[in-house]
Amino acid sequence: MTDRSQSFGCGCGCGSKPETVDAGRRGFLAGAVATGATVLAPGVTLFAYGTDPAEAATGADPKKRWGLLIDVSKCADGCTACVTACQTENGWKTTGRPATDPQWIRKVTLRDPKSGATRSAPVMCQHCAAPPCVDVCPTGASFKRADGIVLVDRHRCIGCRYCMMACPYKARSFVHEPLEDQKPHAPRGLGTVEGCTLCVHRVDKGEAPACVEACAGAGGAILFGDIADPKSEISKVIATYATMQIRGDLGVDPGVRYRNL
Amino acid sequence: MSERSSLSRLLLVVGMLIMAMAAGILGAHAGDVPLPAVPKATGGSCVAPPDVMRRSHMSMLQHGRDLSVRQGERVEGGRLTGCISCHAVSDGKGGAVTVSSPQHFCRACHDYAAVKVDCFECHASRPEQPAKATDAAPDAPASSYAALADYAREIAR
Repeated sequence: MTDRSQSFGCGCGCGSKPETVDAGRRGFLAGAVATGATVLAPGVTLFAYGTDPAEAATGADPKKRWGLLIDVSKCADGCTACVTACQTENGWKTTGRPATDPQWIRKVTLRDPKSGATRSAPVMCQHCAAPPCVDVCPTGASFKRADGIVLVDRHRCIGCRYCMMACPYKARSFVHEPLEDQKPHAPRGLGTVEGCTLCVHRVDKGEAPACVEACAGAGGAILFGDIADPKSEISKVIATYATMQIRGDLGVDPGVRYRNL
Repeated sequence: MSERSSLSRLLLVVGMLIMAMAAGILGAHAGDVPLPAVPKATGGSCVAPPDVMRRSHMSMLQHGRDLSVRQGERVEGGRLTGCISCHAVSDGKGGAVTVSSPQHFCRACHDYAAVKVDCFECHASRPEQPAKATDAAPDAPASSYAALADYAREIAR
């Protein structure tokens, strides 16, 4: 913090400017790989630590909206491949106490009381277009990325758990116990709320979420893609067949859709 | 009379100040705390020179975390993850020490400076342990996308 305040000149309004710029006192543009230096005047050098513009990271694309389509007719009753894959990928496991278990993804069995017919389907964060968890968060920790992925920024999470109460899908959970040796790509810790990230670290690398990859080898019920792009495979299937959102009546517009439910 | 007493009082204060400063300087020399032994990094050159890193690593990390988490702007090898893998300290058993060990790179200085970091309440304090060394291989997407595309075609039929 002192660094930043020192880089704004003397602040007295006298218009004086520092004659030399100490690299150590500069605010940084980015903490990344490339280093650039520009000589502004003799003895004045501007250092920039950031990604080389040629290979700049693009970040979340606002034109995209990532979503899932789950074909319930292909989801076998006892199969938990998606849940296991999520546990392995993100490094969570059940605590043995269901009341405080992590709720990244779970298999839910539905039963029609009249016919007795049952259906089994995975339920995770539905990555809503109008997420109630974001509306209620007092610190801005619960947020929606430009590409539609709803996340918890644990740097800002104070663990109040309003989002857990607001979520109609019970897709968020609270970490009650200290953790060690988390997965480097999936930080999670005591006193913060967590939930499905749609494997954002994989999506940013151009890969599909772990549950989708696991399901492809165990029934192929989950389809992942950009639902904002009418030419994507997932959009074509949604346009062709009747699909539904769980509690679509709430108006939160989930990005996860179900077919044959 | 009053002028004289105020002068003597001033002299007394100045004298006490000089004595206090001298005591401070002598004391610092007498009770020197040994400088921290900073473990050597395993990789090549750092993202910035050491003096810059010492002063500004916290600003760089805070800036980078918002880019990664909120904007989704990732860098090759990760930001904090990159630091952690390059600055891993061997535990002598083929693995790396966690932040619970005083040998941990971050702790070496932070213990000395008595500055508490809470990064590792959520973040891993050492690289992922060897059992899954293939994690970084970037070849997976093509095959997984191909499988998905196959599935999508099948479902559309």
